[in-house]
Amino acid sequence: MDWEPVIGLEIHTQLATKSKIFSGASTAYGAPPNTQACAVDLGLPGVLPVLNAAAVDMAIKFGLAIEARIAPVSVFARKNYFYPDLPKGYQISQYELPIVEHGRVVIELEDGEEKVIGVTRAHLEEDAGKSLHEDFHGMTGIDLNRAGTPLLEIVSEPDLRSAREAVAYMKKIHSLVRYLEISDGNMQEGSFRCDANVSVRPRGSKEFGTRTEIKNVNSFRFIERAINYEIERQIEILEAGGQVVQETRLYDAARNETRSMRSKEEAMDYRYFPDPDLLPLEVTAEHIERVRATLPELPDAKRHRFMEEYGLSAYDAGVLTASRELADYYEEVARLCGEAKLAANWVMGELSGFLNKENRDIADSPVSAAMLAGMLKRILDETISGKIAKEVFEAMWNGEGDADTVIEKRGLKQITDTGAIEAIIDEVISANPRQVEQYRAGKEKLIGFFVGQVMKATGGKANPAQVNALLKKKLAG
Amino acid sequence: MSLDRQDVERIAHLARLAIDEADVPGYARNLSDILALVEQMNAVDTSAVEPLAHPMEASQRLRPDEVTETDQRELFQGIAPAVENGLYLVPKVIE
Repeated sequence: MDWEPVIGLEIHTQLATKSKIFSGASTAYGAPPNTQACAVDLGLPGVLPVLNAAAVDMAIKFGLAIEARIAPVSVFARKNYFYPDLPKGYQISQYELPIVEHGRVVIELEDGEEKVIGVTRAHLEEDAGKSLHEDFHGMTGIDLNRAGTPLLEIVSEPDLRSAREAVAYMKKIHSLVRYLEISDGNMQEGSFRCDANVSVRPRGSKEFGTRTEIKNVNSFRFIERAINYEIERQIEILEAGGQVVQETRLYDAARNETRSMRSKEEAMDYRYFPDPDLLPLEVTAEHIERVRATLPELPDAKRHRFMEEYGLSAYDAGVLTASRELADYYEEVARLCGEAKLAANWVMGELSGFLNKENRDIADSPVSAAMLAGMLKRILDETISGKIAKEVFEAMWNGEGDADTVIEKRGLKQITDTGAIEAIIDEVISANPRQVEQYRAGKEKLIGFFVGQVMKATGGKANPAQVNALLKKKLAG
Repeated sequence: MSLDRQDVERIAHLARLAIDEADVPGYARNLSDILALVEQMNAVDTSAVEPLAHPMEASQRLRPDEVTETDQRELFQGIAPAVENGLYLVPKVIE
């Protein structure tokens, strides 16, 4: 049978506030355990939560960016469950009335088609602490620094039909929250993590199959693998005449499989109810407009502008606008060197290659936009060839200074003096009489050999086009 | 709607309440009475009444995003039964 996967994602993204969502404790990552867990975060008796204005603005910003409805009134609720890293015995979240509803994002599929994915809702909530299960004499260690960190939970419609689409959607949201500067999106530190609801149904069926939920995956690669594994697993069960059990599963990256989490005799019952400690959150039209005024140019708009303004292909524009930092870097290079396409080739080629190799962010690139543009100018004014430029780039990367310094120090300036090149050509011709004879007898392919010899003799510094022209003239001789 | 013994035991478990076996029928009766009262209230026509999210007619005040808390770990951990390396220790949680 032909099966159709149906996937919905819940993405938890940590908001980049300085303080927690309901307390004045710091949210900075990596502090010693429990030094950033205050009385409110610990749920000590008598404390009251007070909502962080910046977290609200960030949620509104996200809502506006996905063309969603911003609720004029939203309500915080308690989600009740017992776990040691949740000191109050409940998580403050939003349930019936979330702050953001009915949004949409556009993803690009591999064939270049675009697809609209609905965003059901996005709501504000607090993160829990961390449990450390290493052995503390048979006990579990609890670090509550993360407790109370603001999260935006972004819930998609079950509109995704493959693991690839799910990854494209997740990347889109990731790019968006970083563009908006509402989250650092750091997946290693857990600032951006994802749960996937997966089911399969016979293609053409209107009903959804029974779904399972894969919890807490924090990498694009793993979410793709986990979903694909889960789709296969469910199809196998159904084709063998079995039934999929609705449950929560964990993805084990080392074994590339999903596993059932401790089977519960009873379904979770969170007994949500409105939190009496928090009044309804009202967002006025003026407030929304104030936030709207702070929206940056969004990825889709930037991509289209890059295509129009710089004449880039849809693919190139997509790569260069994937992150705001990369897009800014590219625009700076293009502006300074004046050649948008050359700039695009170098940013996507050499620069991205070096960044990937060393696993660095564009922000820590040893070659600044000004340095790269400076080098491209030397290609454009024919001081160096594109090939030599790769050497210059590597030297700049390794801290040997800007392009002019490297060219000067290493003596890489292109030889454009016709006399000098002619002298070398003469030497090459007299050193290779047999090849000259063959060439003159009609074996014109040998021109490549002569160009190669001349380039070798000049250390690659001659202008290849010039060498080519001069050689032809001399060999015709 | 009335609650039976099993419902009461389940509710108690969700709230991690230890209740006396002998008290279960009493709880079942009391809780069922509360639900009966809710049903009685359900009969009232409230179509013209705005839902009440909070008894106070006010909206949430917001706090500027500033770090105002200092590290008081020593103080807080003074009342914890077990700590180590700055962590609170709790009975092993089976994952």
